Amino acid sequence: MALEQATRDLPENVVVTKLDELASWCRKNSLWPMPFATACCGIELMATGASKHDLARFGAEVFRFSPRQCDLMIVAGRVAMKMLPVLQRIWQQMHEPKWCISMGACASTGGVFDTYAVVQGIDRFIPVDMYIPGCPPRPEQLIQAIIDLQDKIQVEGTIGGAEFETAQRQERKRALQELPMYGHSHYFHPESAVAQRSSAIGSH
Amino acid sequence: MESRFGKEQVTTFRNETRVVVPKADLLSTMRMLKEARSFDLLVEVTCVDYLNFRDATDRFGLVYVLANTITNERLIVRIMLNEPDLKVDSLCVLWNGANWLEREVYDMFGIEFVGHPDLRRILMPEEFTSFPLRKDYPMQGRGERHNFPVLTRNQA
Repeated sequence: MALEQATRDLPENVVVTKLDELASWCRKNSLWPMPFATACCGIELMATGASKHDLARFGAEVFRFSPRQCDLMIVAGRVAMKMLPVLQRIWQQMHEPKWCISMGACASTGGVFDTYAVVQGIDRFIPVDMYIPGCPPRPEQLIQAIIDLQDKIQVEGTIGGAEFETAQRQERKRALQELPMYGHSHYFHPESAVAQRSSAIGSH
Repeated sequence: MESRFGKEQVTTFRNETRVVVPKADLLSTMRMLKEARSFDLLVEVTCVDYLNFRDATDRFGLVYVLANTITNERLIVRIMLNEPDLKVDSLCVLWNGANWLEREVYDMFGIEFVGHPDLRRILMPEEFTSFPLRKDYPMQGRGERHNFPVLTRNQA
Protein backbone atom coordinates (compact mmCIF):
# COMPACT_ATOMS: atom_id res chain seq x y z
CA MET A 1 0.00 0.00 0.00
CA ALA A 2 2.83 2.32 0.87
CA LEU A 3 4.37 1.67 -2.52
CA GLU A 4 1.15 2.54 -4.30
CA GLN A 5 0.96 5.75 -2.31
CA ALA A 6 4.52 6.63 -3.23
CA THR A 7 3.94 5.84 -6.91
CA ARG A 8 0.90 8.08 -6.99
CA ASP A 9 2.87 11.01 -5.59
CA LEU A 10 5.77 10.66 -8.03
CA PRO A 11 6.28 13.30 -10.67
CA GLU A 12 6.22 12.39 -14.35
CA ASN A 13 9.26 10.62 -15.91
CA VAL A 14 10.11 8.83 -12.68
CA VAL A 15 9.93 5.06 -12.54
CA VAL A 16 10.14 2.90 -9.47
CA THR A 17 12.06 -0.33 -9.85
CA LYS A 18 14.35 -2.66 -8.01
CA LEU A 19 18.09 -2.11 -8.03
CA ASP A 20 18.61 -5.66 -9.22
CA GLU A 21 16.41 -5.07 -12.20
CA LEU A 22 18.13 -1.81 -12.92
CA ALA A 23 21.48 -3.56 -12.98
CA SER A 24 20.15 -6.23 -15.32
CA TRP A 25 18.58 -3.57 -17.50
CA CYS A 26 21.94 -1.85 -17.85
CA ARG A 27 23.71 -5.10 -18.60
CA LYS A 28 21.29 -6.27 -21.22
CA ASN A 29 21.31 -3.03 -23.14
CA SER A 30 25.06 -2.68 -23.39
CA LEU A 31 26.28 -6.04 -24.60
CA TRP A 32 29.75 -6.00 -26.08
CA PRO A 33 30.01 -8.89 -28.50
CA MET A 34 33.20 -10.80 -29.14
CA PRO A 35 32.93 -12.01 -32.75
CA PHE A 36 34.37 -15.51 -32.95
CA ALA A 37 33.67 -15.72 -36.66
CA THR A 38 35.23 -18.69 -38.38
CA ALA A 39 33.04 -19.22 -41.44
CA CYS A 40 30.13 -17.92 -43.50
CA CYS A 41 28.06 -17.18 -40.38
CA GLY A 42 30.66 -14.50 -39.72
CA ILE A 43 29.53 -12.70 -42.87
CA GLU A 44 25.96 -12.62 -41.57
CA LEU A 45 27.33 -11.45 -38.25
CA MET A 46 29.02 -8.54 -40.01
CA ALA A 47 25.83 -7.78 -41.89
CA THR A 48 23.98 -7.70 -38.59
CA GLY A 49 26.38 -5.13 -37.26
CA ALA A 50 26.20 -3.02 -40.41
CA SER A 51 23.82 -0.17 -41.01
CA LYS A 52 20.98 -2.04 -42.72
CA HIS A 53 20.20 -4.38 -39.85
CA ASP A 54 21.79 -2.11 -37.27
CA LEU A 55 22.56 -4.00 -34.12
CA ALA A 56 23.04 -0.62 -32.43
CA ARG A 57 19.28 -0.47 -31.95
CA PHE A 58 19.74 -3.17 -29.31
CA GLY A 59 22.86 -1.75 -27.72
CA ALA A 60 25.13 -4.52 -28.93
CA GLU A 61 27.00 -2.85 -31.76
CA VAL A 62 30.43 -2.46 -30.18
CA PHE A 63 32.33 -5.46 -31.47
CA ARG A 64 35.65 -5.80 -29.73
CA PHE A 65 38.33 -8.20 -30.85
CA SER A 66 39.82 -8.56 -27.41
CA PRO A 67 38.03 -11.02 -25.13
CA ARG A 68 38.88 -8.92 -22.09
CA GLN A 69 36.64 -6.13 -23.30
CA CYS A 70 33.64 -8.28 -24.16
CA ASP A 71 30.79 -9.94 -22.37
CA LEU A 72 29.02 -11.76 -25.19
CA MET A 73 30.80 -14.31 -27.32
CA ILE A 74 29.12 -15.02 -30.65
CA VAL A 75 30.57 -18.22 -32.07
CA ALA A 76 29.76 -17.94 -35.75
CA GLY A 77 30.88 -20.88 -37.84
CA ARG A 78 32.35 -24.33 -37.56
CA VAL A 79 35.01 -24.88 -34.93
CA ALA A 80 37.81 -27.17 -36.00
CA MET A 81 39.50 -29.49 -33.59
CA LYS A 82 42.62 -27.36 -33.74
CA MET A 83 40.61 -24.20 -32.99
CA LEU A 84 38.75 -25.45 -29.92
CA PRO A 85 41.58 -24.88 -27.39
CA VAL A 86 41.74 -21.30 -28.69
CA LEU A 87 37.99 -20.91 -28.25
CA GLN A 88 38.18 -22.20 -24.69
CA ARG A 89 41.04 -19.92 -23.80
CA ILE A 90 39.22 -16.89 -25.19
CA TRP A 91 36.11 -17.86 -23.24
CA GLN A 92 38.16 -18.08 -20.07
CA GLN A 93 39.69 -14.69 -20.68
CA MET A 94 36.33 -12.94 -20.83
CA HIS A 95 35.13 -11.30 -17.65
CA GLU A 96 31.96 -12.13 -15.80
CA PRO A 97 29.15 -11.54 -16.41
CA LYS A 98 29.45 -13.16 -19.80
CA TRP A 99 27.20 -14.98 -22.22
CA CYS A 100 27.63 -17.10 -25.29
CA ILE A 101 25.59 -17.38 -28.48
CA SER A 102 26.14 -20.39 -30.69
CA MET A 103 25.31 -19.08 -34.14
CA GLY A 104 24.36 -21.45 -36.92
CA ALA A 105 24.15 -25.17 -37.45
CA CYS A 106 27.90 -25.78 -37.43
CA ALA A 107 28.66 -24.10 -34.13
CA SER A 108 25.65 -25.76 -32.51
CA THR A 109 25.98 -29.30 -33.84
CA GLY A 110 28.81 -29.53 -36.33
CA GLY A 111 26.29 -29.19 -39.15
CA VAL A 112 27.17 -31.02 -42.33
CA PHE A 113 30.79 -31.34 -41.24
CA ASP A 114 30.52 -34.67 -39.48
CA THR A 115 34.23 -35.40 -39.86
CA TYR A 116 37.21 -36.13 -37.69
CA ALA A 117 38.40 -32.52 -37.72
CA VAL A 118 35.25 -30.62 -36.71
CA VAL A 119 33.89 -30.29 -33.19
CA GLN A 120 30.30 -31.52 -33.06
CA GLY A 121 28.77 -28.61 -31.19
CA ILE A 122 30.65 -26.12 -29.03
CA ASP A 123 28.24 -26.75 -26.14
CA ARG A 124 30.11 -29.99 -25.51
CA PHE A 125 33.04 -27.94 -24.26
CA ILE A 126 31.88 -24.45 -23.27
CA PRO A 127 28.58 -23.20 -21.83
CA VAL A 128 26.09 -21.78 -24.35
CA ASP A 129 23.13 -19.50 -23.62
CA MET A 130 21.45 -19.21 -27.01
CA TYR A 131 21.44 -21.40 -30.07
CA ILE A 132 20.55 -20.02 -33.49
CA PRO A 133 19.48 -22.46 -36.20
CA GLY A 134 20.22 -21.77 -39.84
CA CYS A 135 22.96 -22.25 -42.37
CA PRO A 136 23.81 -19.43 -42.11
CA PRO A 137 21.09 -17.70 -40.04
CA ARG A 138 19.64 -14.47 -41.33
CA PRO A 139 20.62 -11.29 -39.44
CA GLU A 140 17.03 -11.13 -38.19
CA GLN A 141 17.55 -14.46 -36.45
CA LEU A 142 20.70 -13.22 -34.75
CA ILE A 143 18.87 -10.10 -33.63
CA GLN A 144 16.05 -12.26 -32.29
CA ALA A 145 18.58 -14.32 -30.35
CA ILE A 146 20.07 -11.18 -28.86
CA ILE A 147 16.59 -9.97 -27.87
CA ASP A 148 15.88 -13.35 -26.26
CA LEU A 149 19.22 -13.22 -24.51
CA GLN A 150 18.34 -9.77 -23.21
CA ASP A 151 15.17 -11.22 -21.70
CA LYS A 152 17.26 -13.91 -20.09
CA ILE A 153 19.73 -11.37 -18.72
CA GLN A 154 16.86 -9.26 -17.36
CA VAL A 155 15.60 -12.02 -15.09
CA GLU A 156 18.87 -13.45 -13.81
CA GLY A 157 21.07 -10.64 -12.47
CA THR A 158 21.48 -8.80 -9.18
CA ILE A 159 23.06 -5.43 -8.45
CA GLY A 160 26.05 -6.93 -6.67
CA GLY A 161 26.57 -9.52 -9.36
CA ALA A 162 26.99 -12.16 -6.68
CA GLU A 163 25.64 -14.84 -8.98
CA PHE A 164 28.53 -14.15 -11.33
CA GLU A 165 31.30 -13.62 -8.81
CA THR A 166 31.19 -15.97 -5.87
CA ALA A 167 34.30 -16.15 -3.72
CA GLN A 168 34.83 -19.70 -4.83
CA ARG A 169 34.68 -18.67 -8.45
CA GLN A 170 37.13 -15.85 -7.91
CA GLU A 171 39.48 -18.35 -6.35
CA ARG A 172 39.21 -20.60 -9.37
CA LYS A 173 39.66 -17.74 -11.78
CA ARG A 174 42.80 -16.42 -10.16
CA ALA A 175 44.77 -18.66 -12.45
CA LEU A 176 43.26 -19.72 -15.73
CA GLN A 177 42.24 -23.30 -15.59
CA GLU A 178 45.00 -25.55 -16.76
CA LEU A 179 44.10 -26.50 -20.30
CA PRO A 180 46.10 -28.93 -22.36
CA MET A 181 48.17 -27.03 -24.89
CA TYR A 182 49.90 -28.29 -27.98
CA GLY A 183 53.02 -30.09 -27.00
CA HIS A 184 51.37 -32.16 -24.27
CA SER A 185 51.02 -35.28 -26.23
CA HIS A 186 48.29 -37.20 -24.38
CA TYR A 187 45.85 -34.75 -25.94
CA PHE A 188 44.91 -36.41 -29.19
CA HIS A 189 45.36 -40.00 -28.20
CA PRO A 190 42.04 -41.83 -28.15
CA GLU A 191 43.21 -44.14 -25.37
CA SER A 192 43.93 -41.29 -22.95
CA ALA A 193 41.88 -40.74 -19.81
CA VAL A 194 40.34 -37.52 -21.14
CA ALA A 195 39.21 -39.31 -24.27
CA GLN A 196 37.56 -42.10 -22.37
CA ARG A 197 35.72 -39.63 -20.19
CA SER A 198 34.61 -37.64 -23.22
CA SER A 199 33.41 -40.70 -25.09
CA ALA A 200 31.36 -41.69 -22.07
CA ILE A 201 29.66 -38.28 -22.29
CA GLY A 202 29.51 -37.92 -26.05
CA SER A 203 27.32 -39.99 -28.30
CA HIS A 204 30.01 -40.90 -30.83
CA MET B 1 57.47 -40.10 -74.27
CA GLU B 2 56.36 -43.64 -74.97
CA SER B 3 59.79 -44.61 -76.21
CA ARG B 4 61.32 -43.37 -73.01
CA PHE B 5 58.95 -44.81 -70.41
CA GLY B 6 57.48 -47.80 -72.22
CA LYS B 7 54.15 -47.98 -73.92
CA GLU B 8 52.17 -49.53 -71.09
CA GLN B 9 53.29 -46.87 -68.63
CA VAL B 10 51.96 -43.91 -70.61
CA THR B 11 48.23 -43.22 -70.87
CA THR B 12 46.20 -40.29 -72.08
CA PHE B 13 42.88 -39.15 -70.66
CA ARG B 14 41.08 -35.98 -71.76
CA ASN B 15 44.28 -34.64 -73.32
CA GLU B 16 46.22 -35.14 -70.10
CA THR B 17 49.28 -37.35 -70.37
CA ARG B 18 49.99 -39.58 -67.45
CA VAL B 19 53.03 -41.68 -66.85
CA VAL B 20 53.82 -44.21 -64.15
CA VAL B 21 57.43 -44.20 -63.04
CA PRO B 22 59.24 -46.76 -60.87
CA LYS B 23 59.89 -45.45 -57.41
CA ALA B 24 63.66 -45.70 -57.63
CA ASP B 25 63.77 -43.57 -60.79
CA LEU B 26 61.69 -40.71 -59.41
CA LEU B 27 64.41 -38.19 -58.72
CA SER B 28 66.35 -38.81 -61.94
CA THR B 29 63.18 -38.72 -64.04
CA MET B 30 62.02 -35.50 -62.47
CA ARG B 31 65.42 -33.92 -62.91
CA MET B 32 65.38 -34.90 -66.57
CA LEU B 33 61.87 -33.52 -67.03
CA LYS B 34 62.78 -30.28 -65.38
CA GLU B 35 66.15 -29.68 -66.99
CA ALA B 36 65.87 -31.31 -70.43
CA ARG B 37 62.13 -31.00 -71.10
CA SER B 38 61.69 -27.72 -69.17
CA PHE B 39 58.74 -28.79 -67.06
CA ASP B 40 59.65 -25.96 -64.77
CA LEU B 41 56.61 -25.76 -62.51
CA LEU B 42 55.53 -28.32 -59.93
CA VAL B 43 51.81 -27.69 -59.74
CA GLU B 44 50.71 -30.27 -57.23
CA VAL B 45 51.81 -33.21 -55.16
CA THR B 46 49.00 -35.39 -53.93
CA CYS B 47 48.23 -38.97 -53.15
CA VAL B 48 45.50 -41.51 -53.80
CA ASP B 49 44.70 -44.38 -51.48
CA TYR B 50 43.62 -47.38 -53.57
CA LEU B 51 42.54 -49.51 -50.61
CA ASN B 52 39.46 -51.52 -51.65
CA PHE B 53 39.58 -49.92 -55.09
CA ARG B 54 38.49 -52.25 -57.89
CA ASP B 55 41.36 -53.90 -59.80
CA ALA B 56 43.93 -52.01 -57.79
CA THR B 57 47.21 -53.76 -57.18
CA ASP B 58 49.06 -51.05 -55.29
CA ARG B 59 48.03 -49.28 -52.09
CA PHE B 60 49.06 -45.68 -52.72
CA GLY B 61 49.47 -43.68 -55.90
CA LEU B 62 51.62 -40.62 -55.41
CA VAL B 63 50.75 -38.02 -58.01
CA TYR B 64 52.92 -35.17 -59.26
CA VAL B 65 51.47 -32.66 -61.67
CA LEU B 66 54.07 -30.84 -63.73
CA ALA B 67 53.63 -27.91 -66.08
CA ASN B 68 55.77 -26.44 -68.80
CA THR B 69 55.10 -22.74 -68.60
CA ILE B 70 56.60 -22.08 -72.06
CA THR B 71 54.63 -24.56 -74.13
CA ASN B 72 51.70 -24.86 -71.71
CA GLU B 73 52.07 -28.64 -71.58
CA ARG B 74 51.07 -30.64 -68.58
CA LEU B 75 52.36 -33.97 -67.41
CA ILE B 76 51.13 -36.14 -64.59
CA VAL B 77 53.75 -38.39 -63.06
CA ARG B 78 52.65 -41.13 -60.75
CA ILE B 79 54.55 -43.58 -58.61
CA MET B 80 53.01 -46.52 -56.82
CA LEU B 81 53.76 -47.27 -53.18
CA ASN B 82 52.97 -50.19 -50.95
CA GLU B 83 53.20 -50.72 -47.26
CA PRO B 84 55.43 -51.09 -45.34
CA ASP B 85 57.90 -49.22 -47.54
CA LEU B 86 56.34 -45.74 -47.76
CA LYS B 87 59.55 -43.81 -48.37
CA VAL B 88 60.10 -41.63 -51.41
CA ASP B 89 62.80 -39.18 -52.40
CA SER B 90 61.83 -35.61 -51.68
CA LEU B 91 61.64 -33.23 -54.62
CA CYS B 92 62.62 -30.21 -52.54
CA VAL B 93 66.03 -30.28 -54.18
CA LEU B 94 64.39 -29.56 -57.54
CA TRP B 95 61.43 -27.38 -56.61
CA ASN B 96 61.30 -25.47 -53.34
CA GLY B 97 57.54 -25.41 -53.70
CA ALA B 98 57.48 -29.13 -53.00
CA ASN B 99 58.17 -28.40 -49.35
CA TRP B 100 54.64 -27.72 -48.11
CA LEU B 101 53.00 -30.01 -50.69
CA GLU B 102 55.01 -32.94 -49.43
CA ARG B 103 54.31 -32.00 -45.84
CA GLU B 104 50.60 -32.14 -46.61
CA VAL B 105 50.90 -35.57 -48.21
CA TYR B 106 52.89 -36.73 -45.19
CA ASP B 107 50.26 -35.29 -42.85
CA MET B 108 47.30 -36.90 -44.59
CA PHE B 109 48.75 -40.19 -45.85
CA GLY B 110 51.91 -40.83 -43.87
CA ILE B 111 54.21 -41.03 -46.88
CA GLU B 112 57.75 -40.29 -45.78
CA PHE B 113 59.79 -38.03 -48.00
CA VAL B 114 63.50 -38.79 -47.67
CA GLY B 115 65.64 -35.68 -47.82
CA HIS B 116 62.83 -33.27 -46.95
CA PRO B 117 64.25 -30.38 -44.90
CA ASP B 118 61.39 -30.12 -42.39
CA LEU B 119 58.96 -33.02 -42.54
CA ARG B 120 56.33 -32.09 -39.93
CA ARG B 121 52.56 -32.15 -39.97
CA ILE B 122 51.17 -29.07 -41.67
CA LEU B 123 47.38 -29.22 -41.11
CA MET B 124 46.70 -31.52 -38.19
CA PRO B 125 47.98 -30.83 -34.67
CA GLU B 126 51.47 -32.10 -34.08
CA GLU B 127 50.35 -34.68 -31.53
CA PHE B 128 47.92 -36.28 -33.94
CA THR B 129 48.85 -39.92 -34.43
CA SER B 130 46.77 -41.02 -37.42
CA PHE B 131 46.82 -40.21 -41.12
CA PRO B 132 43.25 -39.12 -41.71
CA LEU B 133 42.91 -39.35 -45.49
CA ARG B 134 43.83 -43.02 -45.56
CA LYS B 135 40.81 -45.10 -46.43
CA ASP B 136 41.14 -47.25 -43.32
CA TYR B 137 40.75 -44.19 -41.09
CA PRO B 138 37.09 -43.68 -40.09
CA MET B 139 35.60 -40.45 -41.38
CA GLN B 140 34.33 -39.45 -37.95
CA GLY B 141 37.76 -40.00 -36.50
CA ARG B 142 38.75 -42.12 -33.53
CA GLY B 143 37.43 -39.79 -30.85
CA GLU B 144 40.02 -37.05 -31.26
CA ARG B 145 37.38 -34.40 -31.85
CA HIS B 146 35.79 -35.14 -28.46
CA ASN B 147 39.06 -35.31 -26.60
CA PHE B 148 38.95 -31.94 -24.87
CA PRO B 149 38.30 -30.76 -21.32
CA VAL B 150 34.77 -29.49 -20.71
CA LEU B 151 34.43 -25.97 -19.33
CA THR B 152 31.35 -25.42 -17.18
CA ARG B 153 29.80 -22.22 -15.88
CA ASN B 154 31.59 -22.68 -12.58
CA GLN B 155 35.01 -23.08 -14.03
CA ALA B 156 35.38 -19.98 -16.11
